[in-house]
Amino acid sequence: MRDDPLIFDQSQPGRRALAQAPLHAPAVDDIPDELLRREPPGLPEVSELQVVRHYTRLSQKNFSIDTQFYPLGSCTMKYNPRGSNALAMLPGFLDRHPWAPELHSQGVMACLYELQEILARVTGMAGVSLTPMAGAQGEFAGVAMIRAYHEARGDRARTEILVPDAAHGTNPATAVMCGYTVHEIPTGADGDVDLEALRQALGPQTAGIMLTNPSTLGVFERRITEMARLVHEAGGLLYYDGANLNAILGKVRPGDMGFDVIHMNLHKTFSTPHGGGGPGSGAIGVGERLLPYMPVPVVAKEADSYRWLTEADLPRSIGRLSAFMGNIGVVLRAYVYARMLGREGMARVAEFATLNANYLMHRLRDAGFQVWFRDRRASHEFIISLKREQKELGVSAMDFAKRLLDYGFHAPTTYFPLLVPECLLIEPTETETQEELDGFVEAMVSIREEAARDPDYVRGAPYTLPVRRLDEVRAAKRLDLKWTPPGAGDGETEA
Amino acid sequence: MPFIPHTQDDVRAMLDAIGAGDPECLFDEIPAELRGVSLDGVPAGLTEQAVARLMRERAARDAGALCFIGAGAYRHHIPAAVWELTTRGEFYSAYTPYQAEASQGTLQLLYEYQTMMTGLTGMDVSNASLYDGASALAEAILMAIRANRKAKTSRVLVAGTLHPIYRQVAEAIVGAQDIRLETLDIPVRNGALDVQRAGEPGEAAAVVLPQPNFYGRLEQIDALTDLAHRAGALVIAVVNPTALALLKPPGDWGQRGADIVCGEGQPLGIPLSSGGPYFGFLCARQAFVRQMPGRIIGRTVDMDGKQGFTLTLQAREQHIRRSKATSNICTNQGLMVTAATIYLALLGPEGLRRVAAVCHGNTRRLCELLCAIDGVEPVHDGPFFHERALRLPRPAADVLTRLAEHGVQGGYDLGRHDDSMADCILVCATEVVTEEDMQQYAGLLRTVLEEMGA
Amino acid sequence: MSNTPSDLYYAATHEWARLDEDGLVTVGITDHAQESLGDLVFVETPELDKAVEAGDACAVVESVKAASDIYAPVGGQIVDANARLQDEPELVNSDPYGEGWIMRIRPDDPDDIERLMRADDYEHMIEQEEEG
Repeated sequence: MRDDPLIFDQSQPGRRALAQAPLHAPAVDDIPDELLRREPPGLPEVSELQVVRHYTRLSQKNFSIDTQFYPLGSCTMKYNPRGSNALAMLPGFLDRHPWAPELHSQGVMACLYELQEILARVTGMAGVSLTPMAGAQGEFAGVAMIRAYHEARGDRARTEILVPDAAHGTNPATAVMCGYTVHEIPTGADGDVDLEALRQALGPQTAGIMLTNPSTLGVFERRITEMARLVHEAGGLLYYDGANLNAILGKVRPGDMGFDVIHMNLHKTFSTPHGGGGPGSGAIGVGERLLPYMPVPVVAKEADSYRWLTEADLPRSIGRLSAFMGNIGVVLRAYVYARMLGREGMARVAEFATLNANYLMHRLRDAGFQVWFRDRRASHEFIISLKREQKELGVSAMDFAKRLLDYGFHAPTTYFPLLVPECLLIEPTETETQEELDGFVEAMVSIREEAARDPDYVRGAPYTLPVRRLDEVRAAKRLDLKWTPPGAGDGETEA
Repeated sequence: MPFIPHTQDDVRAMLDAIGAGDPECLFDEIPAELRGVSLDGVPAGLTEQAVARLMRERAARDAGALCFIGAGAYRHHIPAAVWELTTRGEFYSAYTPYQAEASQGTLQLLYEYQTMMTGLTGMDVSNASLYDGASALAEAILMAIRANRKAKTSRVLVAGTLHPIYRQVAEAIVGAQDIRLETLDIPVRNGALDVQRAGEPGEAAAVVLPQPNFYGRLEQIDALTDLAHRAGALVIAVVNPTALALLKPPGDWGQRGADIVCGEGQPLGIPLSSGGPYFGFLCARQAFVRQMPGRIIGRTVDMDGKQGFTLTLQAREQHIRRSKATSNICTNQGLMVTAATIYLALLGPEGLRRVAAVCHGNTRRLCELLCAIDGVEPVHDGPFFHERALRLPRPAADVLTRLAEHGVQGGYDLGRHDDSMADCILVCATEVVTEEDMQQYAGLLRTVLEEMGA
Repeated sequence: MSNTPSDLYYAATHEWARLDEDGLVTVGITDHAQESLGDLVFVETPELDKAVEAGDACAVVESVKAASDIYAPVGGQIVDANARLQDEPELVNSDPYGEGWIMRIRPDDPDDIERLMRADDYEHMIEQEEEG
């Protein structure tokens, strides 16, 4: 595989993309010298073609949904419609300044308002705010609202948030960011939360519980209504982590399960792009009693026009989480997607996501892989454990994952949830064909055969990618976080 | 159904393989009373063609105004190559680069981004970005409190000239951990901190200093930095990346330089797009790298000794540290940073300097034209960068509304945050504004003020 | 099979402790712990002079994929930390009971160490954990 030198290594003094900067620049003679920079900033000096070629070539070193099956559990890597992108990038939307007056904003505000309504209906919540900029910020907003609710009632004894031990790491991290301590609740052998442990954990110190349903174990929490009742009786509120909303979209609503506040990952369920790690969008939905605390701004409709609700309208709001109003460009993509699906399409999302997951789970089980919860239905994802392969063949889940890359499949999520040894969390999504799923099963079987013949070979994978396995210990110990010009040292710093 | 590829035969065959009679069986673990929800009120599905028509109408409704607003988001020329490349499926539809071997494109690009940002800010290290400038400030504050072990306080002092929305956002985020922000006790004179009249600030974990500040004014940043350091505080710089092509980088501020630098990355090739998605940047001294939130990319070698890139220092992050993580943040703003990296590569040091100089020159010219109108005058004297506060002879909100009715977005209403500035606006003219645009604005403002009897 | 010296004391959270002749307790992590963590890339050594109770988290060891708190096995005052680990975290892997020690505590009560496990019990605990 070819090497692509860093853009800095392609730089030549005095070279630049001439068409892209102003032809002339006036002298800056009104700023005192001591406020000006002495050396030009360390940016590369390259031509436009060099830039286009370099970044096109880099792009070709990525796996992506557009190029590979990407069954990354808990991430909902489904097709990101090109139409959503093209229509969110119309000039009228791109050029609108965030402080543009409402008079010049009715088009975008109509889209936002309608999406708020659609999301409220499909999740069974009373109100929606689109401002959180990612799932983790949606979580933050949700827990901050729970805190604001208790404080408004003068109830300051509630200092603890309950989190199942199988939860995503963001849940406990968020609770701490909101000033709470975290109490972990164990999971029973069947994958459901241990109800007895929950009962014992609840008390006057309980502010709320953060739950993902279906859980991160890929199964539906069957006693959710009972759990909701217990938490509410103890005076706590229920927070729904929307990471797995794709499993139930159009089928079951978090509001009906008893949740008081939810966040939705629009970049998962509503198919906006993951972009190599963001931008996401973490819209939140709330039940009646949390309506006053929603983060601002929110769009309201009055007669035929739309206006922003701000702190003046929602004085008890938890405030602003972004300088403007969140990732509107992402929200517009979600809106286009929601309109293309419509109510019929939305009801099919969970159905086909679940069909694909259960089909893939059965095929892998029939091929002799250990499905972790073999007596349970898969939700939109499921777990297999390669503990046996690890023991008998000396080939780990990570080795399977790396070898899958050689077969042209992105690896499933590895080693999460932490409770299951040598696990792969597999989420095929509804947009994949049966043939693609069959191809994945064949690859898994084939890798196991390779492992039986020559485990070292599998342990050495991948072989066909731009690089082989990387020395992550070196990366962490000898930190090299930026390019430095030749002669200025090697850029590495002992950690 | 849109985007679902299954034929009826596929469904049949797949259900047979599962041993289920119909798709509904797959939901039999969900209590029956929760199933079968109504989606009344959700509109029927549309084809792409029909949605396109709707979206074009709506986008057109918002288009066409002449914009002279800045106040945290700036309209710049974005080279066509930036988004042509950024929306390539391999960047657009990839996930966070957990599988490094299958993500070398994104990872190498992020390493280049980190290098560019350290070059602009004069700092040692950069992370791979945060959500936006305001939330980056909140993260910078939390980081400073973790990093400043010597300070026995979590007091954080904020310059009174910081963008008020940044302060609100930071308060909403750090306030949840019972950290209170206090205003730095230095009088604001002429739109900037009057460091000559500053008292000693008392012990603090961090001091937040903007450059340029909310009003576009340039602070006496060296003296302020040294003052904060004398108080044992870390200096958090809030800066505009375009301005850094001209202005002294935070790494060179005062005797020791700033400790943490953050800001809004939007000016670097990101469309205005109603306020997001943008990205926040965060840079710091080497000593604080383990206190940084968010993704960080490192260069290393593979099994064959070949250069490669990977996420590193992951033990700081939520998926490993859970309740003890540096932040709950998972993603960065990968796609936005992809655009910014390509933008900076295309502009280079000279291109970015020209953009900054032309923006500044245009704003000077605009102020000259507007201040030729009776009753319009600059609010502040002294150095500024590419943005300026002007006083009008009539209430700003009324004037801006009238201008908007004629298709001109004349500036940001400073009365939103300060009653004493209800007749003031903040104006900005970037490199995309022409002399004709500015003449048109000045002519319209003259007419509008006359109509209003000024 | 990991090494568990019989002259040391052990905590359930995988620290070892040794009462030295000068009355201080030296603390590190066990061979089993370093093995399950993998190559260490960073050790956050404890704050000196800090008073701790048994079970307080006071240091952190990091590998590429995991971070683990180190808990004080006995209460007392932290009087020394292994400065070499700043640059050589790998010492914990190569010599967990020797050069890879992490901290020294002046115990409030030297007898507290007796509340910890002996090698046999610790080995038994690990076996059970691995079966579970």
